[in-house]
Amino acid sequence: MSQGFLKSSIGKKFVMGLTGLFLISFLVVHCFINCLIFFNDGGLTFNIGADFMAHNWLIRAGELVLFFGLIVHVIQALLLTLENKKARPIGYAKIDGAANSSWYSRSMGLLGTLLLMFLIIHLVHFWVKSRFTGLPGEDANGNENLYAVMQETFKMAWVVVLYALSMISLAYHLLHGFQSAFQTLGLNHKVYTPIIKKAGIAFSILIPFIFALMPILMFLGIIK
Amino acid sequence: MGSGHGTELNLTLKVWRQKNSKAAGSFETHQLTGISTDMSFLEMFDVLNEKLISEGKEAIAFDHDCREGICGMCSMYINGRPHGPKQGVTTCQLHMRSFKNGDTIVVEPWRSAAFPVIKDLAVDRSAFDRIIASGGYISVNTGNAQDANNILIPKTDADEAFGAAACIGCGACVAACKNSSAMLFVSAKVSQLALLPQGQVERKERVKKMVAAMDEEGFGNCTNTGACEAECPKGISLENIARMNRELMGATFK
Repeated sequence: MSQGFLKSSIGKKFVMGLTGLFLISFLVVHCFINCLIFFNDGGLTFNIGADFMAHNWLIRAGELVLFFGLIVHVIQALLLTLENKKARPIGYAKIDGAANSSWYSRSMGLLGTLLLMFLIIHLVHFWVKSRFTGLPGEDANGNENLYAVMQETFKMAWVVVLYALSMISLAYHLLHGFQSAFQTLGLNHKVYTPIIKKAGIAFSILIPFIFALMPILMFLGIIK
Repeated sequence: MGSGHGTELNLTLKVWRQKNSKAAGSFETHQLTGISTDMSFLEMFDVLNEKLISEGKEAIAFDHDCREGICGMCSMYINGRPHGPKQGVTTCQLHMRSFKNGDTIVVEPWRSAAFPVIKDLAVDRSAFDRIIASGGYISVNTGNAQDANNILIPKTDADEAFGAAACIGCGACVAACKNSSAMLFVSAKVSQLALLPQGQVERKERVKKMVAAMDEEGFGNCTNTGACEAECPKGISLENIARMNRELMGATFK
């Protein structure tokens, strides 16, 4: 019975919404840890957080769940896109999309693809080094020095530009995705939906802004 | 009447022509002169068809019936939007005063695998009928009508059910959706019955059957862009889609 649900068009978008919200919850944790660089203490506080995240077994297990959630979100999106393309084999000659919907709500696939490309580069920059190839030694507290990798990486202007632009993609992806997930889960309410929508807009601007601020401030040498 | 009362337009019309569901179609360009701004969009097509017939050419096939905006028969994707540039109206209620002299108007049929073109601008929307037949009804004892207010219904429920029941099944939601999704239509039909006491008996089976029928017809998947709600001539709300999602979850995981 529940298998039939997951195969239905509503079940498929249910999976998109649920994994989307899960990935959103990850963004909060990631952003919170990264904010530790704003102590501007040469990364000592940040490295405490990063070291904990890298070695706590519960976090490592959560990391596997996170990758699973991401892969499901991506694969489901691809399958849905293919299905949706099939549902309109002959397209319109003229479409006035702006008259009835926002461009970013119609471009979730494109924005998602940009984000996936960014994510791969981002993982190579930090995650692969942190988990596999090793970090450049320890800091004064004896914690693994992930901060040193950040300093090295964000010396490169192209990296900083790429990260900032990718955060714009993230902002627009969230701008549609956040409130859309609630609608998909059937959480539509006369009083709460307007609040969810406003909270979604605030979240979609705030989180990518904070993320973008990190490479920019480090590049400019304001965070040392 | 608007300020354009009595004026006439010269227009270029690019209309999709297609012999049948199997033939490949293409656009045909027509020049129209002296089109009154008081005409409806369909009346403009009537003028064009009379001209075509008098020239010994084949008239353009298009769907229409009541021409009062209540039957859901007229369609046409006009300048990139179902039912044209005005919000909350069907094509028959769209008037030529919404256009300017010298405009080029592109007219296409609804585009969806589930709505095959029958001819020119007329598409086969029987997929909607099959979805309704799968569960969009209530089984009642026929006989004399009940007394009014015999079954008490909260005003808010009655209003929401009425809002959903305003759907005329024209298919503009499918035409507007970038995914050709029929969620707004199906959710309106599920909602109007789920909200009322008469609909309770078959409530759970209904939503399961109607969603399954919708998926089987080859409509796309909803991505909540909201284009359907914006283009719906009857202002059917996206809230219905959220309700249908809840209904299906409730029916599946009881």
